[in-house]
Amino acid sequence: MSLLLKPNPSSGVPIYVQLKEQIRHAVEIGALRPGEPLPAMRLMAEQLVINANTVARVYRELEGEGLLVLRHGVGAFVSDFGPVAQQAAARTGSLNTARGEVRDLVRRLRDEGVTSDEIRRLVEAELGQGRMAAGGLAPTARLAATPATRGVP
Amino acid sequence: MMQPMVIETKGLTKHYGSFEAVNDLSLLVESGSITGFLGQNGAGKSSTIRMLLGMMRPTRGTGQVLGFDIADPAASVRMRQRIAYVAEDKRLFDYMTVGQLIAFTRAFFPSWCHDTERELIDEFRLPLELSIKKLSKGMRTQTALLLAFARGAELLILDEPTEGLDPVSTEKVLGLVVRAAANGMSVFFSSHQIAEVEQVADRVLMIDSGRLVLDTSIDSVKEHFRRVRGVFAEPHDSAIGALPGVRRVDVDGRIVSVMASHNVNEIVRYLRADSATNVEVLPVTLKDVLLGSIGTAKR
Repeated sequence: MSLLLKPNPSSGVPIYVQLKEQIRHAVEIGALRPGEPLPAMRLMAEQLVINANTVARVYRELEGEGLLVLRHGVGAFVSDFGPVAQQAAARTGSLNTARGEVRDLVRRLRDEGVTSDEIRRLVEAELGQGRMAAGGLAPTARLAATPATRGVP
Repeated sequence: MMQPMVIETKGLTKHYGSFEAVNDLSLLVESGSITGFLGQNGAGKSSTIRMLLGMMRPTRGTGQVLGFDIADPAASVRMRQRIAYVAEDKRLFDYMTVGQLIAFTRAFFPSWCHDTERELIDEFRLPLELSIKKLSKGMRTQTALLLAFARGAELLILDEPTEGLDPVSTEKVLGLVVRAAANGMSVFFSSHQIAEVEQVADRVLMIDSGRLVLDTSIDSVKEHFRRVRGVFAEPHDSAIGALPGVRRVDVDGRIVSVMASHNVNEIVRYLRADSATNVEVLPVTLKDVLLGSIGTAKR
């Protein structure tokens, strides 16, 4: 399956979260367009070699979020109406802009002698607290720097 | 409606002389799930599986598999008709060819699925004329799984199915496990490979020295388990082990590291109130939990 990559089971992030993010990303970058079908759950499970219940959960939750439409006995499709599809189109634009900005930033930092690993760590650290607050998982979240333990599950 | 249990044991215990191979094991395995049975070599996985199959009598305790009493020899025969078991050594009838073994097994099962048989022979490219003893380990496993699938077993019990396989064959076997469950089979497989259990299982049961040390869903580990690390100004001994949710505490000089299954907020508050200069919350992987659980079984 070239659309989706095999999730990494050993990362701290649950496989269903990884898969959800991949599908969301595929819609955002236009690899999956509104109205297009997704692979059947069982097929996706076999190809990614993950539990079929995990795929079912991902499809169900993405339907709840309005990104997918599940038609019983037919399969899952990218929703082609409502705010999500429009949002996705808008996101494609803003992601392209953001990509340009990140590229410039990385180039500038490299010119200043900051290594790739250091840039990665800096970005991760910047993202860390926001992701914890959003209920996601950060590689590290330095609670000493925050006034409360808000967002820790 | 509650899912029926395909495996249910209460206080299952096996002693070999004074050695306690399995100790007071109470397991529940839901129908339609993939359960990974994780533990180090010698933790008691194979002994448990052999008791479940009625191949070995428990010293104490009871168990039902597919509703059959595992201690009743008559029930055990009927039970095994509905279970497919692939042993650790993947022992098959070595003197037969692959084709002969398939034909031999087919004769015992009136509900044999010929389509599945043909599909899997093609898919695995099994050499029907070759004798079983000349097969590679991967092909032996595939042959055993073909037999299990074609006879329409309800429960697949696999003892270390990927042991000794190369990464490509391992992935193929895991793919079959996933397919079995998607087709409604319940799968119970033992392994000491953490990553493969994380990859395909719904639930993980972990045993150490014959005792159950973890019984949870894979997602729950990643969503609820955390490592909380407090740094103190001076070497510190903490009484934090008494808090709910604390599974393990490691103290290394000024650093107190806590593995928590829940109750993270209170653990963080406790460390702060205890004047930690820095408190971090880190995600954990199943591997961390496994390593953190070994040696903690209460004797």
